[in-house]
Amino acid sequence: MVLLKCPICGNDVNVPDDSLPGEIVEHECGAQLEVFNSNGKLALRLAEQVGEDWGE
Amino acid sequence: MIIGVSYDLLRWEEKDIITEAKKSGFKAIPIFTKDFYSAIGVGENYSELEADVIIQRNTSHARALTTSLIFEGWNYNVVNDATSLFKCGNKLYTLSLLAKHNIKTPRTIVTFSKDKAVDLAKKIGFPAVIKPIEGSWGRMVAKAVDEDILYSFLEYQEYTTSQFRQIYLVQEFVKKPNRDIRIFVMGDEAPVGIYRVNERNWKTNTALGARALPLKIDDELRDLALKVRDIMGGFFLGIDIFEDPERGYLVNEVNGVPEYKNTVRVNNFNVSSYLLNKLREWIKK
Repeated sequence: MVLLKCPICGNDVNVPDDSLPGEIVEHECGAQLEVFNSNGKLALRLAEQVGEDWGE
Repeated sequence: MIIGVSYDLLRWEEKDIITEAKKSGFKAIPIFTKDFYSAIGVGENYSELEADVIIQRNTSHARALTTSLIFEGWNYNVVNDATSLFKCGNKLYTLSLLAKHNIKTPRTIVTFSKDKAVDLAKKIGFPAVIKPIEGSWGRMVAKAVDEDILYSFLEYQEYTTSQFRQIYLVQEFVKKPNRDIRIFVMGDEAPVGIYRVNERNWKTNTALGARALPLKIDDELRDLALKVRDIMGGFFLGIDIFEDPERGYLVNEVNGVPEYKNTVRVNNFNVSSYLLNKLREWIKK
């Protein structure tokens, strides 16, 4: 597991080693987070909300 | 064989394609499009992206269309290509093409004025369905039981952010059973599909709570799906079909980046693996 910080509440978030950018993580603080690649390392940011042109 | 998987949100389907590709000895390269960019005419070299085929899996239609365009510009094989995605993404384009080739669809009117839309809706009868020219998961699709309600929906549409907000698409309300059909085409086959059943809501999108049930594909349905594929182009399509009590099968929509988690679950059919094998056959040719 990779230990990351929640960008919303600042608490720890455990993310599997094999996570890929774009993976969605639900955090206990209620935030929906998106894994992304920050200078070669996994990081978390607030996930994009459902868009008008999403889905099929 | 090297498979690129172009995506913006890692859903069950994208993970499954990557997992199945690895199991089958393919090299899978995830392409996260939010980190992706294209430069034109500035001397950058993109040959680092080695892929025999790129599977287009963006959740956003705009990102799917745009990245397919870019990949094709770099001479990659892309499934689905931008042209077929555009045909699928725009309901007016889809319906026009299908009608041109004598495929039965729900009766539809398109106008640029609310008053004309209401006038014409009387010809197809009430209830009538209003839907955006582009959109998915049943969003902004509404059933108007009379002229007043239809006019109100048309007014509401004007205050959306849709680029087509002043183009009004009104369809007949098809008296289908409490289900519709989603059938999948992969290459030259239509091997699997589902009924989407909703007893509580006339909308049968699984995103809105419809249940998936296995579909037995008869010859008529298979032939129809493959004919639609020939008209729309593309390699991997999800075709939505209504069963009309008098007219038989009516093609409602064609999806260029179809979701299939529920299809796999209820049919015990490995869509990702089947798709990958069909792609291998195609690339070898």
